[in-house]
Amino acid sequence: MSTFSTDFVRLTNGQSVALDSVPVLDLERFHASIVAGVRGGCRVSALFGAASPQPDATRLYAVLADDDQNLLLAAAADVTGDAYPSLTRQCAQVHMFEREIAEQFGLRPEGHPWLKPVRYRRSWTDRDVWQRSADETILPAVGDFYRVDGEQVHEVAVGPVHAGVIEPGHFRFQCYGETVFHLEIALGYQHRGIEETLLGGPDARTIHLIETLAGDTSVAHATAYCQVSEALAGCAATARGQALRGIALELERMATHIGDIGALSGDVAYLPTASFCGRIRGDVLNMTALLCGSRFGRGLVRPGGVGFDADAERMAELRRRLDACEKDARVAIELLWRTSSAVVRFEEVGAVPRAIAVELGLVGPAARATGLARDIRRDQPSGIFNTAQIPVATCKTGDVYARAYVRWLEIQHAIAFIREQINALPEGAARTPVTACVSERFAVALVEGLRGEVCHVAVTDASGRFTRYKVVDASFHNWPGLAYALRDEEISDFPICNKSFNLSYCGHDL
Amino acid sequence: MIPEIVARLQQKHRTMRYPKAAPPPMPDRFRGRPVVHKTRCVAGCNNACEAACPTGALSASTPKTIDLGKCLFCPECAAACPHQAISYSDNYQLAARERTDLVVSRERDEIEAKGAALDEALRKLLGRSLKLRQVSAGGCNACEADSNVLTTVGWDLSRFGIKFVASPRHADGLLVTGPVSQNMALALKKTYDAVSDPRIVIAVGTCAISGGVFADRPEVCNGASSVVPVDLYIPGCPPHPLTILDGLLRLIGRIG
Repeated sequence: MSTFSTDFVRLTNGQSVALDSVPVLDLERFHASIVAGVRGGCRVSALFGAASPQPDATRLYAVLADDDQNLLLAAAADVTGDAYPSLTRQCAQVHMFEREIAEQFGLRPEGHPWLKPVRYRRSWTDRDVWQRSADETILPAVGDFYRVDGEQVHEVAVGPVHAGVIEPGHFRFQCYGETVFHLEIALGYQHRGIEETLLGGPDARTIHLIETLAGDTSVAHATAYCQVSEALAGCAATARGQALRGIALELERMATHIGDIGALSGDVAYLPTASFCGRIRGDVLNMTALLCGSRFGRGLVRPGGVGFDADAERMAELRRRLDACEKDARVAIELLWRTSSAVVRFEEVGAVPRAIAVELGLVGPAARATGLARDIRRDQPSGIFNTAQIPVATCKTGDVYARAYVRWLEIQHAIAFIREQINALPEGAARTPVTACVSERFAVALVEGLRGEVCHVAVTDASGRFTRYKVVDASFHNWPGLAYALRDEEISDFPICNKSFNLSYCGHDL
Repeated sequence: MIPEIVARLQQKHRTMRYPKAAPPPMPDRFRGRPVVHKTRCVAGCNNACEAACPTGALSASTPKTIDLGKCLFCPECAAACPHQAISYSDNYQLAARERTDLVVSRERDEIEAKGAALDEALRKLLGRSLKLRQVSAGGCNACEADSNVLTTVGWDLSRFGIKFVASPRHADGLLVTGPVSQNMALALKKTYDAVSDPRIVIAVGTCAISGGVFADRPEVCNGASSVVPVDLYIPGCPPHPLTILDGLLRLIGRIG
């Protein structure tokens, strides 16, 4: 065990510890420990602010994931006043986290290389890093953008309202002819204040806010929330409930991955795969609806297990549909791989080198496409993944092709996994009652959602209510990866680069 | 070309016959319009359904009605009722032209689809060609996805002359999803202004109708009608694609 970890309290995924066992370090040591941890191979899963018991202070919490050891490391530090030295220059992974803390708590990270708002909202405190007055309207994406000057340089601005049926975001390209020198992405249009609304919970709204964090990732977020709730209550979900959560999680992954491959195919004008996959995706959503009535798994995952059990007949129907879906998906997607004129459009486009993926802290298929074998289901397993393994799908080239091909591998692994779970579904209840959250605890849960790691951290007060509930969607880590992937690419390749990441706007904006 | 033809034969013709034939089967656990069993719902209980409802769609102060514009169609009220008085019907025809028409009776035998058709003049103009610009304004991507799925081969929305277009300048109206985040209010207004008259607005999903689970948060505007006038409300969280299609077809007068 490396030396840095002595400064942190150690947890495993889905575990809670007493709040006072999270060490409160002085800021310099806190920062040094994060840097040492990241150099030692850890990832920054979360770094966020919260209220501090010390007067005029903000407490920063860090959660590092030590994937080699299957451990989570947590520590805290108090920042007094309204500024502190930035860590971003030493650790690029904290870039967006420091901007988020600046926006939410009005704390200026001194020396941050690109200090802009994340979601364009007012601070939770009476401090404002950008000195905006209380009556000033805050408009999204208004402010300085990174700019390249020169006679033949031009700027292309896209969004927030795009041409397709997708969520809003603003993209600013610095171009030299057709070549993109730099892309800056401004988000925040989807901000609904979910972290703010979760404070003081859990209550009747909580699970529904969680299920709408990112609509196509409802099962992953709800699973993370339920694991946090169970950890805070000192209960465990039933074995049958955990298996059914796992089935729903993999259906969610399959649906979006199949849709993504179809969308990529459509973007290079190869329509057979595009139209087949569009329909097959719907068939997968209907399998989720077979389990719980909702195509997006709403109402399925609940603390203690799942809200809907499935009898043998229902499981047999699921297996029958899965068999049909596998055949259709294989024909539709292998057709694409066999069509060299389509595949050549994906190769060597939007490549992210492995070293950059490590430095930016990318997660999910975007990381695995660069050859990083990084997957919460294997590295930090919880629930059904403690006992059932899924192979980690990787490619090497880190380009659009690799991100697409990793998805195809994951679709096949998901089908095999679901089939295995149907055959060996544990007996017993689907759900068990979960007691109220214990007071003054700190809990972390990670789930490998379809875009990568979903991280939830909860801190409870003396009466067991949330004084802080932090959500980090995979997209929060991966948007900078998309910006990087566009460097020196043709601007006309943006659509396939964008779809090969398929990041969530609302998951980022919260 | 040969592999494509072989694949096409394997994938089969998939476009549904609806509305000429019966609609596609809904999942048996589908939660359509919630209904209350008259005799099982007893006065003087502890109002567990109201406490369990995340959005106030059920209220003890209005014991006869439920607000489909607030309902998330979640399983919570049915699970909370100690007398098993609440259940979900398979009724998917939820769309209505007026917000007030979404406040419906709780009784099962009083289910009826509310009028959703455009007036004669608009129907003449848009009934055979309706181009819509989709605006996601804080939507979680579920309503967006189940609107978009209507363009796939199974549903084939364009056979009704309805299409999602790339620009508001090409559109006859907007299809709005999400509670309208403060950060999207201006963009939604500008997109609406860019559509030429006559224009319509369709609010899809509980968020776009009432703000849904985000209602009354300072970060959102409680739905599309707080920014633009709405002509059709389609409830659900998200609405099933059939609910959306039913609403659109009734709007343009393709079904009754």
